[in-house]
Amino acid sequence: MMRRLLLLMLLPVAAAQAAEPSLITDLSQERIDINTTFKGADLLVFGAVQYPSGVVPDKAPDIAIVLRGPPQPITVRRKERVAGVWLNTDAVRFESVPGFYAVATTRPIAELADDRTTAIYEIGISNLQLSPASSASEKVTRAFEAGLIMARRRSGLFAEAPGGVQVTGNVLYRARIAIPSAVPVGDYGAEIHLVRDGRVIASTSVPIRIEKSGFERWIYVMAQEHSLIYGMVAVLAALMAGWIARLATRRA
Amino acid sequence: MDIYLPIAEMSVNALVIILLGGGVGFMSGMFGVGGGFLTTPLLIFYGIPPAVAVASSATQITGSSVSGALAYWRRGQVDVKMGVVLTLGGVLGAGLGQVIFRKLQAIGQIDIAINLIYVVFLGITGGLMLKEALPALLAKRRGIPQVRSRRHVPWIAALPWRMRFYRSGLYISALAPLALGGAVGVLTAIMGIGGGFIMVPAMLYLLGMTASAVVGTSLFQIIFVTGAATMLHATSSKSVDIVLALLLLVGGVAGAQAGVRAAQKLKPETLRLALALIVLAVAVRLFFGLTITPVDLFSLYGPA
Repeated sequence: MMRRLLLLMLLPVAAAQAAEPSLITDLSQERIDINTTFKGADLLVFGAVQYPSGVVPDKAPDIAIVLRGPPQPITVRRKERVAGVWLNTDAVRFESVPGFYAVATTRPIAELADDRTTAIYEIGISNLQLSPASSASEKVTRAFEAGLIMARRRSGLFAEAPGGVQVTGNVLYRARIAIPSAVPVGDYGAEIHLVRDGRVIASTSVPIRIEKSGFERWIYVMAQEHSLIYGMVAVLAALMAGWIARLATRRA
Repeated sequence: MDIYLPIAEMSVNALVIILLGGGVGFMSGMFGVGGGFLTTPLLIFYGIPPAVAVASSATQITGSSVSGALAYWRRGQVDVKMGVVLTLGGVLGAGLGQVIFRKLQAIGQIDIAINLIYVVFLGITGGLMLKEALPALLAKRRGIPQVRSRRHVPWIAALPWRMRFYRSGLYISALAPLALGGAVGVLTAIMGIGGGFIMVPAMLYLLGMTASAVVGTSLFQIIFVTGAATMLHATSSKSVDIVLALLLLVGGVAGAQAGVRAAQKLKPETLRLALALIVLAVAVRLFFGLTITPVDLFSLYGPA
């Protein structure tokens, strides 16, 4: 009897010591359909921090939200002036470049955690491990990596939003992530990291799928898998359009 | 009005594409050229991936050539025999061009190669047209009657396998149109053009064809060669965007009608001079694109 009572009294204390806060997350949509009118999308990532024994601290939590697309190999080519004309000369291949990468944080990434931590969790564009495969020197590879990141940032496929995560009442968090129209299709993942004192103390991830739908999907699948029929349909459609134009002209 | 292109994998303003097609159609109606040499670079300026621009432009030309070819057909201005020989060469050439296209794509030089070839061909053709058009215009001003002499090249006519082409008024080696068709076919596959602006002068001055059959026959063979190029692009590089091609056609058809009407109000000499200047302007613009320091030295190539 005494032992049970003692245990009961100790339990919350033990739980509070062992259990770190955990994260609950949801997305505004689990899949993004690319249809004829697709102009890009805004994905809302939101959720709550669940504190052990429900004690909400006074300090707002630090949160980093990463949305990442399927990795693909990318060849980066550098132009050089050859006989007055800018030609592609050197190339470096990067084996795993995310097709899309956006990070939103409560604070600038440098203030969030140390370099080692942000590198391990790949928080921040500069922390992406792009796996360059080349015999070029470190310096040259760095230059190509910077070129790759520049190009991706310009097309909106890589984005960083310090201060992009809003926290309400030290419990609720949300971030809006802009997805441009040129986004590659595939399986994406949203990773949410809770950071305290420069340490990631809780993480969670939610899958999301970006896919062509309806007419766009049909056309794409036809072009990829039934390319002969697709080609014939394209030629026939063009011929028909020309013929209709001819009929219209003769009427007029 | 934004529309997502399924193959180019980007959102474009449909109105811009239709207007672009319309502008090019206007020129093609006015000058009797396909206008592919304008469509492809303009699409690339707009941000369409070069491979998609080339392939879809070829598809669009198939459509836009049909109405013109039908009009000439009704007037009996198509030399079918000549057209078939040219087409044969053209399809072989397009096949070769497609292989070159894929090779260039693999080594990452396709964008630059397309631009370079454009500069060279537009520069040469534009220059020749200007050389032709300026004296003609000046002569007309001074009231000197123009005497056009047949200038076909004797050694070309004398090659083996001579054939009679009644409509063209020729008895020449079939190798000549076969080679001409082949050369233009290569360009069709690489540049996404019908090649009328090369084919027409070559038919006139190299083969020495009767002028009345030239444009009709050229359009006739363009239908088949661009059709073949579409098939080749669709099956190997999978870069034909049917939505893009149809948008261009919608504008192109309307533009061509306006162009034909506008052309009837202008002197042919003036028209030829204007065309020469437009061709040269595009060449100069592309040349500058190749030579000025690019904003971004690095470009990305995904898995092809």
